[in-house]
Amino acid sequence: MADSAKWRERLGRAWYKFSRNRLSVVGLVLVVGIILLALLAPVVVPYPEHAGAFVDYANANLPPSRTYLFGTDVFGRDIFSRTIFAFRGALIMAIGVLVTVVPLGSFLGLVAGYFKGTRLEAFIMRITDVFLALPPLILALAICAMLRPTLFNSMMAVCVSWWPWYTRLVYGMARSVRSEFYVLAAEVAGASKAHILFREILPNCMAPIFTKMALDVGWVILVGAGLSFVGLGEQPPTPALGTMVSDGAKYLPHLWWNSVFPAIAIMVMVLSFNLLGDGIRDMLAREEA
Amino acid sequence: MGLGRFMVRRLALSLLVLAGLSILIFLIARVVPGDPARLALGPRAPEWAVQSLREEMNLDKPLHVQYYLWLRGLLRGDLGKSLLTRRPVMDDIKEFLPATCEIVLFSALVMAVGGILLGVLSASYPNSWFDNVVRVVAYLGIVTPSFVWAVIFVLIFGYIWPILPVIGRLEMTVEAPPVFTGFLLLDSLIFGKYEAFWDGLRHLILPSVALALGGMAQAARITRSSLMENMGKDYALAQVAYGIPWRVTLGKYLLKPSLIPTVSVMALDIAALFANAFLVELVFNYPGISGYGIRAMLNKDVNAISGVIMVMGVIFTGVNIIVDLVVAYLDPRVRLVGGSQSG
Repeated sequence: MADSAKWRERLGRAWYKFSRNRLSVVGLVLVVGIILLALLAPVVVPYPEHAGAFVDYANANLPPSRTYLFGTDVFGRDIFSRTIFAFRGALIMAIGVLVTVVPLGSFLGLVAGYFKGTRLEAFIMRITDVFLALPPLILALAICAMLRPTLFNSMMAVCVSWWPWYTRLVYGMARSVRSEFYVLAAEVAGASKAHILFREILPNCMAPIFTKMALDVGWVILVGAGLSFVGLGEQPPTPALGTMVSDGAKYLPHLWWNSVFPAIAIMVMVLSFNLLGDGIRDMLAREEA
Repeated sequence: MGLGRFMVRRLALSLLVLAGLSILIFLIARVVPGDPARLALGPRAPEWAVQSLREEMNLDKPLHVQYYLWLRGLLRGDLGKSLLTRRPVMDDIKEFLPATCEIVLFSALVMAVGGILLGVLSASYPNSWFDNVVRVVAYLGIVTPSFVWAVIFVLIFGYIWPILPVIGRLEMTVEAPPVFTGFLLLDSLIFGKYEAFWDGLRHLILPSVALALGGMAQAARITRSSLMENMGKDYALAQVAYGIPWRVTLGKYLLKPSLIPTVSVMALDIAALFANAFLVELVFNYPGISGYGIRAMLNKDVNAISGVIMVMGVIFTGVNIIVDLVVAYLDPRVRLVGGSQSG
């Protein structure tokens, strides 16, 4: 009983801090909206069958109207339906990448930071440097190019280029926390390495990890859109935002709706996750103070 | 530790990173699921042709020998033959890289000057309408991928209000200067082709602004916040109290420390410029290394891909060194203590 009351109070305080900035709340609402739209896409969307290999030449190239909110593409498919369905791929990509990359990258950073001054640290950090020597998009492009273009493979490619950022981040923090008295005390008391790593050091790195994660959702979506933009992501007929923008760009300016609406969708997605991420950062930062 | 030793250490580390990168790229290129030779020739090519290409590409040798041969070629500037253009990859890169460098340099300039200027102005008039406009624009700039800007620019300035060219590097009707450096603008100046210079410049504007906007927004935000922070410090207040003109305080004393975070982030931003050039050049049909790289990627042209990526790695590593040097110049703490590169 007492426990749940305490939790409720903490939650209340966190919400208060989060909601101090209106934009964060806007971000939260948008993110929830996007996730719901993606989950319920087959139900919400007017023409769910248009998300696949559907052809209706009679209604091709129609400008935005009440029947086709964002117009139709060259095959006569409803762009609104396809855009909403494309949210799914983008979200799966972001979640898949972060779920893989955050534990892996953080763990390596934690180990490297704790064993500072040893060969293990040098080994991990030099490898990290190598992966950081290329911009993530270029590395991901190269890996994607070698694999068959699928959503899963582009996820893998982004993972390979993304983990070092977490290693860097956690490494820096673990390195400084490592010589704090409570860590030394735990060592003297004979605590196991696992205990020190996960129970003493890791909790102190959580806030920045979460903040970065929230912001990264948007960036991963961006890189994913970039990959599909050049044709190395999810393949047609499955809709992907980047593919829709680049296909549409061929028909500028007459069929502008082909690329403009998916482009706006990318912007809205990234913007929402950024606003949410900023809110989470404010919430966690002030909680510490 | 002096600047000299700092640089030596930095260079040594970079060499190590490049060596590691060569292994990474080699592994990516060679541990392909599938046979690069078969991929290059297509499923209908006869077996003997595939076999001879395999031998030409050293694919029949053990992996470490392959790496040794590849690295030896790399150090001699020989990246193998492109399977797509049938020319040495190095020649292709020499042809296409200058165009991309031109775009990236131009857009780095736009990014740095624009970002710092906007940041300084909005820090000088905090919470004014100007500051608010910059804030909104900065947010938009950050969340919008450069290829989306590119598409929007093509739509607006190419069609709705056609004031700038949106395709290629030069108009067909304009006589191109002879290739000397490969940098179109430089070449046209050297050979006195002012028409080509002007036309080339006009072609550069849209792609490089599309590229620059994201980094510019970032730079503006960072400059603003670090300038605001320094403005609140005692030494700034003291100078105001002494009656030193605000211009001098700002330009001489505040700007230098405030630019450190901006410049540190700039390395990443320039890397992002190179990466995003891959996408933006596609939209503008710009004949640069990125278009070449993408074509190689879509066709699984292994030699060309690894060559392009390696060149990118070398450039990016170089940019990092330069940025570190600038930061060391701006920040005495870095050059005196020896500079931890914790980012």
